[in-house]
Amino acid sequence: MAAVDEILSRARRAPVGEAAAQGAARFVKAAEKENLVDVVFARVDSPFGELLVASTPKGVVQLSLHGYDQNETLEELARKVSPRMFESPKRLDAVRKQLDEYFEGKRRSFDVGLDWQLSHGFALRVLKATARIPYGAVSSYREMAQKAGNVRATRAAGNALGGNAIPVIVPCHRVLRTGGGLGGYGGGLPMKEALLQMEGAIL
Amino acid sequence: MPRARSTHVRPPPFQAFLDGHREEVYRFLTGFVAPHDVDDAFQETFLSALRAYPGLRNGTNLKSWVLTIAYRKAMDSHRGRVRRAMPVDDLPEQPSRSSHAEDHALWDLVRALPDKQRAAIVQRYANGLPYKEIAQIIECSEEAARQNVREGLKKLKGMMT
Repeated sequence: MAAVDEILSRARRAPVGEAAAQGAARFVKAAEKENLVDVVFARVDSPFGELLVASTPKGVVQLSLHGYDQNETLEELARKVSPRMFESPKRLDAVRKQLDEYFEGKRRSFDVGLDWQLSHGFALRVLKATARIPYGAVSSYREMAQKAGNVRATRAAGNALGGNAIPVIVPCHRVLRTGGGLGGYGGGLPMKEALLQMEGAIL
Repeated sequence: MPRARSTHVRPPPFQAFLDGHREEVYRFLTGFVAPHDVDDAFQETFLSALRAYPGLRNGTNLKSWVLTIAYRKAMDSHRGRVRRAMPVDDLPEQPSRSSHAEDHALWDLVRALPDKQRAAIVQRYANGLPYKEIAQIIECSEEAARQNVREGLKKLKGMMT
């Protein structure tokens, strides 16, 4: 017969990965049932690399473009919105499908709820005005500043667009410099240009 | 409970916390409660952690934190067990389930030990925790944690012979 501590030590090497993963999956369902899930997120493939999309019960709260540190983004969301966050591609099926369709050129507008809680004040007004720029059209930082209530705050409008938490769905890529220059883009200028070409806004 | 420290590390997204600690919690519960109570205690542990999570200021010692919750939930379910006679469906897989019948026999004996001895032995052997962490979880001194393991082992050896 093996020594007591030798038998006990075998438990350390016993595989529990599968059972623990199944337990965790059941737990997430129970948490949803008890309304303890505040944020769900999923990774989405796109022609511009992997995106990260996060949603609250109100709607999409953040879309992070390729090139941003996903862990950092998630930690920031945990701080600003809620740490009760779960990865759930299934709960984000509708958004992921619409993004796919959009990138394939088969969708012109998004039919998803939005949660604006990461933007405030003037920036929020700029972004809400941006959300109304139609597919195929472009606008300018100056015009967005004006729509947000301060025609002279062009630079502030630019900053607001640079801080857009929900790019693509809130189409900040449709906002150009007043003279027609491309301006900037968080996902890189080639992405901005490609989106505008796909939408037929530029040649 | 882990002591509060002055360095504030915010807890990570719950998904990362769950992924990082679910196996330790599962291993502990498998050794500590009856096989058909493992899943319930696992759910209770993480639901309780999730409820408290937004109020957590300090994310530096989440392993001890969640294993402390698991310990408390497991004691509840262990006591509840005596009163309820529940139908048993599928038994969850347990680490001690191997080809060794002696493993089962011994782990059954472990589950008959007093709470602190049982917890200390499971954390020591199934999770490989240092005595310092075991002490935090079962709320005693490091020396008392050591003593609990020694006492438990002595009883097990006595029962096995």
